Amino acid sequence: MKPAPFVYHAPESVDQAIELLGEVGEDAKLLAGGQSLVPAMNFRILQPSVLIDLNRIDALTYLEPTDDGGVRMGAMTRQAAVEHSEEVAKRVPLLQLAMPLIAHPQIRNRGTIGGSLAHADPAAELPVAAVAADASFVIRHNGSQRTVAAPEFFQGMFTTDLGPQDLLVEIQWPGTPARTGWAFEEVTRRSGDYAMAGVAARVTLAQDGACEQARLVYLNVGDGPTLAPQAADMLRGQSRSSDLFAEAADKAAADEIFPFGNVHASPNYQRHLARVLTIRALENAWQRAAG
Amino acid sequence: MQPLHTVRLTVNGQAYERQVEPRLLLSDFLRHELALTGTHVGCEHGVCGACTILLDGQSVRSCLMLAVQAEGHELKTVEGLAPSPDELHPLQQAFWEKHGLQCGFCTAGIMMTLVPFLETNERPNENQIREALSGNICRCTGYQHIIDAVLHASHPS
Repeated sequence: MKPAPFVYHAPESVDQAIELLGEVGEDAKLLAGGQSLVPAMNFRILQPSVLIDLNRIDALTYLEPTDDGGVRMGAMTRQAAVEHSEEVAKRVPLLQLAMPLIAHPQIRNRGTIGGSLAHADPAAELPVAAVAADASFVIRHNGSQRTVAAPEFFQGMFTTDLGPQDLLVEIQWPGTPARTGWAFEEVTRRSGDYAMAGVAARVTLAQDGACEQARLVYLNVGDGPTLAPQAADMLRGQSRSSDLFAEAADKAAADEIFPFGNVHASPNYQRHLARVLTIRALENAWQRAAG
Repeated sequence: MQPLHTVRLTVNGQAYERQVEPRLLLSDFLRHELALTGTHVGCEHGVCGACTILLDGQSVRSCLMLAVQAEGHELKTVEGLAPSPDELHPLQQAFWEKHGLQCGFCTAGIMMTLVPFLETNERPNENQIREALSGNICRCTGYQHIIDAVLHASHPS
């Protein structure tokens, strides 16, 4: 259980990293926090011939407020920094709810925002938060740059829009609109385990207190962040009621998620959890939107 | 063998310089290159916590870092806890008094997890301690005496 040999590079600038990717991108893996990549290399599930370590690129670690009330983060920003950031807590409260659910503090001290998002594990919290919060991804390539919205970025299990020569450099999180509340709920067997199912909810209320719009995004019940637009649409124009939440939860759990099951939970149990968590998340998000 | 890279780092206040393969894990570097075998290796995929050390004061999994990544950093391992050969760190003293270890395999990782935790949470309650230790697996104790030890260390009576 040791990694296979590889050629190791530790560029000190974004330009150097992109140049390297241009030369060896097809054979290389990028090393960010290493909390998913190094286990895979230790098991020899992955045996990249070249490893490009991004940890010497200070320019990729930053966390800044944006003019639209949101936050922008360099891709190498540590998860722990995001978890403890007051700016993030104020401007993107969904992240304050989601970050403590990611693995354990030791993992979050090294794990990065960009690394987790680029890895696109269907059981990960950050991709779901990104889709729920309309995050966008700034990606650089030799000679060009593009910005991709979260739903287009995540393309399947461990699959994103990133090509072999691309470098994710920044993630932008918009500000929270008025009268909007968030929730992030998941169930794990032990604290810090991968969730058996989870959901991020967003509720925006109109002036009269009825729901203007809602969004539901699920964790680990498909091959990536799984949206339930039909269930979310059931809330539009409605006032708060437990029956309404239960109906939306039934809809999402029955028709809009696709759990595979795993050693910890059968697909039916994942559906059950998704249903229960939807109700809980809608209650909490609505409460926070109204309060 | 691959071309070697130079690593210069500080561990428990002492400077070291070695030539290593880039694929050498930090956990193996500490144990085999530096003979600091207090840090243990349980799973090599980051879940058991036995390999936890401090990197610039923060708890990290040494099995998920390459030794070359520690270049220029300050590390602390369990060997650096006791102030002298005759005096235990308060956590170590509490674990002894409250029988917080049996085989000891998980203990170093638990100590290194607790050091930064107790710096920011001076008087944690049982729930907070259990949450803080959720990334460290113990096969022997059932955790109760570990909790007792941490409560004892952090709530001087």
